[in-house]
Amino acid sequence: MQSFQEIIFKLKQYWAQRGCIVQEPYDVEVGAGTMVAETFLRVLGAKPYRVAYVQPSRRPADGRYGDNPNRLYKHSQLQVILKPSPADAIEQYLGSLEAIGIDLRRHDIKFEEDNWEAPTLGAWGIGWQVMLDGLEITQFTYFQQCGGIDLDVVPAELTYGLERLAAFLQGKDSVYDIEWTEGFSYGDVRYLDELQYSVYNFEMADIATLWKLFELHEGEAARLLQAYDPKAPDKRRFPLLPAYDQVLKCSNLFNTLDSRGAISVTERVGVIQRVRKLAVGVAQAWVDQQQEPAGEVAQ
Amino acid sequence: MSLPFLLEIGTEEIPDWMIPNALENLRLLFEKLEIPHEWVTLDATPRRLVLRADGLPERQADKEERVMGPARSAPPQAVAGFARKQGLKPEDLSIAATPKGEYYSFLKRIEGRRTVDILAEALPSLILEIYFPKTMYWTAKGGPRFIRPIRWIVALLGEAIVPFEIAGVRAGALSSGHRRLGAREIAVTTADYERRLRDHYVILSAEERRHKIRQEMAGIRVKADPALLETLVYITEYPTAITGSFDAQFLELPQEVLITVMRHHQKYFSVEDAQGGLAAQFVAVMNIPEDPDGFVRRGNERVLRARFNDARFFWETDQKKKLADRKQDLAHVTFQAKLGSYLDKAERMAALARELGGDEHAVRAAGLAKCDLTTELVKEFTELQGVVGGLYARAQGEPEPVWQAIYDHYRPESMEDAIPRNRTAQTVALADKIDTLRGCFRVGLVPTGSRDPFPLRRAAQGVVKILVEARMELPLVDFLEKNRELIDFFAERVKFYFKDHRGFKYDEVHAAMAAGWSNLVDLEARLERIQNLRPTPDFEPLAASFKRIRNILDQAKFTGEGAPLDERLLEPGPEQELYQEYQRIAGQPIENVISRLRPRVDRFFDKVLVNAPDARVRQNRLTLLHTLLAEFSTMADFSEIVTNS
Repeated sequence: MQSFQEIIFKLKQYWAQRGCIVQEPYDVEVGAGTMVAETFLRVLGAKPYRVAYVQPSRRPADGRYGDNPNRLYKHSQLQVILKPSPADAIEQYLGSLEAIGIDLRRHDIKFEEDNWEAPTLGAWGIGWQVMLDGLEITQFTYFQQCGGIDLDVVPAELTYGLERLAAFLQGKDSVYDIEWTEGFSYGDVRYLDELQYSVYNFEMADIATLWKLFELHEGEAARLLQAYDPKAPDKRRFPLLPAYDQVLKCSNLFNTLDSRGAISVTERVGVIQRVRKLAVGVAQAWVDQQQEPAGEVAQ
Repeated sequence: MSLPFLLEIGTEEIPDWMIPNALENLRLLFEKLEIPHEWVTLDATPRRLVLRADGLPERQADKEERVMGPARSAPPQAVAGFARKQGLKPEDLSIAATPKGEYYSFLKRIEGRRTVDILAEALPSLILEIYFPKTMYWTAKGGPRFIRPIRWIVALLGEAIVPFEIAGVRAGALSSGHRRLGAREIAVTTADYERRLRDHYVILSAEERRHKIRQEMAGIRVKADPALLETLVYITEYPTAITGSFDAQFLELPQEVLITVMRHHQKYFSVEDAQGGLAAQFVAVMNIPEDPDGFVRRGNERVLRARFNDARFFWETDQKKKLADRKQDLAHVTFQAKLGSYLDKAERMAALARELGGDEHAVRAAGLAKCDLTTELVKEFTELQGVVGGLYARAQGEPEPVWQAIYDHYRPESMEDAIPRNRTAQTVALADKIDTLRGCFRVGLVPTGSRDPFPLRRAAQGVVKILVEARMELPLVDFLEKNRELIDFFAERVKFYFKDHRGFKYDEVHAAMAAGWSNLVDLEARLERIQNLRPTPDFEPLAASFKRIRNILDQAKFTGEGAPLDERLLEPGPEQELYQEYQRIAGQPIENVISRLRPRVDRFFDKVLVNAPDARVRQNRLTLLHTLLAEFSTMADFSEIVTNS
């Protein structure tokens, strides 16, 4: 039986062999691998890029105190970006499943229409949820827009749900029973995360403090965006990546406040708009920053 | 020589529900090329759209065209020059006589274009023109758009490749097999194409895939589900049905929940036991020919177990808080920013249910109908909204009419769906839909083109269907807040319902609606009368006369106001006779009097000049015609009927 970590090693290895940079997880809390700058900003512009990373993804509202066998506050996504998308993107993806020992001639694989959308990021794409013997294991998306910008070249995004995949491969009914590595179950490693974050998110997070933090991070992101000058000769120095961290902070605080029941649905749309505005602002500035200064373009 | 033609557009997986329309569209686009052919067939799997035809000519027929040169009287140099330009000698020219005189000319043969050239030129744009509800680009911004990336193209006319290219993919003679059981590249000809695909685990014909699934389910009491079957037919290239089972203790959960999990989330057929109840079994359709190790069956069983466990957890958790106790929580669920919360909506619905004539049960149900939006089960299975509320209400001891009304209040969800089961439920469903429509129109959320985020068309259609089919004689327009836009919107839905759903002719619907449509039961009755009357011999001529009357009145700008009819001014003969006939038949249904009325009207128009020189006589005649029209327009405005005469 392959352990959880062996599955991850093999997938990383597989994508490394196909030209991907293998990154470590980003160190700011996010709701999905897509939100990391390695995806969100790198898909903009025409420069080719290939990257794979495991990203712990936090969804405060999905926490279940470690009681539910299938639902987690923090699950792990393997995020792969292939930009531009190769003609055999799906073949390469199927190859990755075979690399972790799934004989696809003996299993049922289906691609079911599922167009992905992230309103807070101004991002959407066309694609499928990939079903393996009736289990959704991956979201496969051809990005069309990100940060409200039509993409110059279309990347393929693969998002593997690693716990599901591991439970499938190990034949486990509960994610907590997954063998992380010999002698340690997923529950041994992660149960306390699930329990304590559920307590915090649902019961103890101080709403006033979280709102204050939200406003501080929002203010900092907005301040930076305002200060960005597209005409500045040294604009490459400008800290857009740190500005984007502030946006991610806002997004996670929003999710926490939401799970705490602190956001009425009327406010909800407004707050999503506030985060989206910042995300779109960073994306637009980023596209500008990546362009060569006008004077250096050869005629 | 006549040639077979094969076009296969190889793509990544196309959403199943779009495929049949895309094929039909492909057929039309091909027919528009006007290339002669004996037959054309279309097939598809999720990964290929295929058009095959036979009997295409190798080239178009040659044509002859007469080219005119200089006049016969022109100098020889001019004639020689013309001949030279055409690659001929002057003696090859002939003289053509025309009305303008005689000219040198000759018959030019135009060689028919080769079909392969026509196709090569037409196919790239033809393929990209196939209509899909949503398209994507996959190369770069500005690149071609299609439903999913095109990965290969087979285009063969006879043995020749039709050469063209789309998005860097060259048409050729290489197809592709099943993703994992077939070869990536398969050389095909027009003759062996279907067989070669079969060798590589692709069943090309949807009918054959459908048949295969049906046969494999033949021994099992599967709950019939044609829509699910179609989905599975178009989501697989080599379908095989397998049976799985689940723990019978899950059968304690409501069937609605179990079936939804199986049907909508897992695309399984549910299975009935001998008594017609739900059996602890399901049928899944996989995209491979066999499951010798039971991997697929066990995998699907495990997924279903997890899903059912979730559902049970939600079902039990939700029961801890009664539906009625959830009402205040609706204050935190926004219906629409400008229209307030679902609590506001629930209160409006309850008031409206009362105005619509609902009893206490209807008012209570309207107040509770949206409470299930706060339950975990509905958050998880949104398609069960309403149903779940109804089930909880039943479990919590609400009276039968109340829980049934909650259960049914989203109905009908389509034109085919049943209306709510009884008057209480119908009233609550109306209150919900009319409230949504009134609110959205009030704040300017009006559907435009394909944008209809609050499904207002469906809501209005549901209102119409309930009122007619439940025979509720309510004055619909009185409930529309005098909102012109909303009234017009409903008029369109009423037309659509009677025309497209019920099959009345459009002019009948216009005619009947022109006489009022607020009471839809009455409208339906009048439509049926018109339909019965229409084939009778007097109907169309009379309708034509009514149209004539309407035109005369319109031209005279006659509004009917002014002096009443003065009998003394009526001319003896046809005019007086028409008036007397009118007096005899007034107040009777038109069916009984049409055969008497029609000859009088005809004679009147034959013999009487409406536009009389004497203004008083003229005015009086217009009054007579207006009176007549008004009398018979309470059923319909017959001048709207399209007649052949």
